[in-house]
Amino acid sequence: MVTEKDVQHIAELADVGISPEELGTFTHQFNAILEYFDILDRVEGSGNAERDLYNVLREDEVEPSLSQDDVLKNAPFREDGFIKAPRVM
Amino acid sequence: MAGAIDFSPDDKYNAFLTTCKSAPHGSGKLAGIAVAVKDNISTRGIETTCASKILKGYIPPYDAHVVGLLKDAGAAIAGKTNMDEFGMGTTTENSGFGPTLNPRDTSRVPGGSSGGSAAAVAAGMVRMALGSDTGGSIRCPAAFCGIVGLKPSYGRVSRYGLIAYSNSLEQIGPLGKNVTDVSTLMGVIAGHDRHDSTSQDKPYNHTPNGDIKGLKVGIPQEYFGKGVDPQVASVVKKAIGRLEELGATTVPCSIPSMEYALAAYYVTCTCEASSNLARFDGVRYGPATDTKKSWHDAFQEVRRAAFGTEVRRRIMLGTFALSSGYYGKYYAKAQVSRENVRADFNRIFRDVDVIAGPTMPTIAFRLKEKTDPLSMYLADILTVPANLAGIPSISVPCGKSEGMPVGLQIMGRMFADERVVNVAYAYEQAVS
Repeated sequence: MVTEKDVQHIAELADVGISPEELGTFTHQFNAILEYFDILDRVEGSGNAERDLYNVLREDEVEPSLSQDDVLKNAPFREDGFIKAPRVM
Repeated sequence: MAGAIDFSPDDKYNAFLTTCKSAPHGSGKLAGIAVAVKDNISTRGIETTCASKILKGYIPPYDAHVVGLLKDAGAAIAGKTNMDEFGMGTTTENSGFGPTLNPRDTSRVPGGSSGGSAAAVAAGMVRMALGSDTGGSIRCPAAFCGIVGLKPSYGRVSRYGLIAYSNSLEQIGPLGKNVTDVSTLMGVIAGHDRHDSTSQDKPYNHTPNGDIKGLKVGIPQEYFGKGVDPQVASVVKKAIGRLEELGATTVPCSIPSMEYALAAYYVTCTCEASSNLARFDGVRYGPATDTKKSWHDAFQEVRRAAFGTEVRRRIMLGTFALSSGYYGKYYAKAQVSRENVRADFNRIFRDVDVIAGPTMPTIAFRLKEKTDPLSMYLADILTVPANLAGIPSISVPCGKSEGMPVGLQIMGRMFADERVVNVAYAYEQAVS
């Protein structure tokens, strides 16, 4: 069971925001979905199955790329060729 | 001959988010053919929103690999199609820009998430379209709208420029009115791309062949059991009977891991989504964040306003499932279940060539019929196994129930896309 407080916490962790009106509905739906997910408790083992997987790596070579103009075109706020973001501190 | 086509359809189904009034095209295999592209596939200079308000106004500075291939083949990019926001849904009702209607019955959904692409093809607005399939998003709308849709084997089609929702599950694939068109489009988009590290060097050079004499078809009991509408099951069984008349033999089989497949799928895709969608913060693209506010306040504000409810729900579910103390309970177990699904398919494919069953457990829902998220998720039960295993799967129309189309789903061994296309073609030729 998750509580409204848990859901509020998750919304903050995920940076998606949540209004007090939504909290009850989201919590109710979460509990129904998580209860369904509980079926996974019956699955044996913990993974790490042997798989034919390997990493695909390559040398980092400098190649022609998008221009600075193209890259910045979609940014709502720009300044001196940089993207302006909210303050971190 | 290169030129341009005038594409201004009467879009009464809201299939398109953007149409290209004058769509240029080159010469080649698809010369002058109008192809619609799902709006989560990047198109240079053409707005690409994933049907989300958070990407409204976003103009990609580059083409997805598949879009480059379409242009090289001479196709005209006719427009960008409506979808469930970021691919999260089974009806196209989760679009930030209004639902798409099913051209076969406008009181019903076209399926999703590639509902716009399927509706555009079904209504004859374009001959073919690209969609993407994370848990059934090509096959479901193909089945609901009565057209053909192929989810290729994972890795056969580059995902470069596909705006990621759940990387380990999704593939771009073709939709068309018939198997030949789907196969032709697959031939254009498949092949290796060094910009996608999961891309395989397996080009598709195939002409559909309807000879299925001696083919062994596995019929999993789970695809005809609880939750599957009996009328839909009966239409599909009849279609499988046609395959037998064409010389195929059927073999009963079972996929016991299916009991856990849907939960494994939803844990996996929400976890991946919670990470993938972190990039939408209104800083580099999208609606402006308030730069005077603190980082978290500004992001919460813009993401709450611009993401739809289902997108926020899945981001939160994934964030929860990956949070400290829950990882082992959800994500790790989901990955074990995923291995079990793969193992079940491998075992069955030792004895059979393809597996057949319904694409969807029901016909297309009525608009607003499904309001509860969990009951909506359950509708994906027959399509998600192929994504978990990475195997190819096609949906081909096989009759009607209550006047609405039903899809026959054919799944094949990893990289045996050509074979599922052949079986669908054999069926299509036999009934047309």
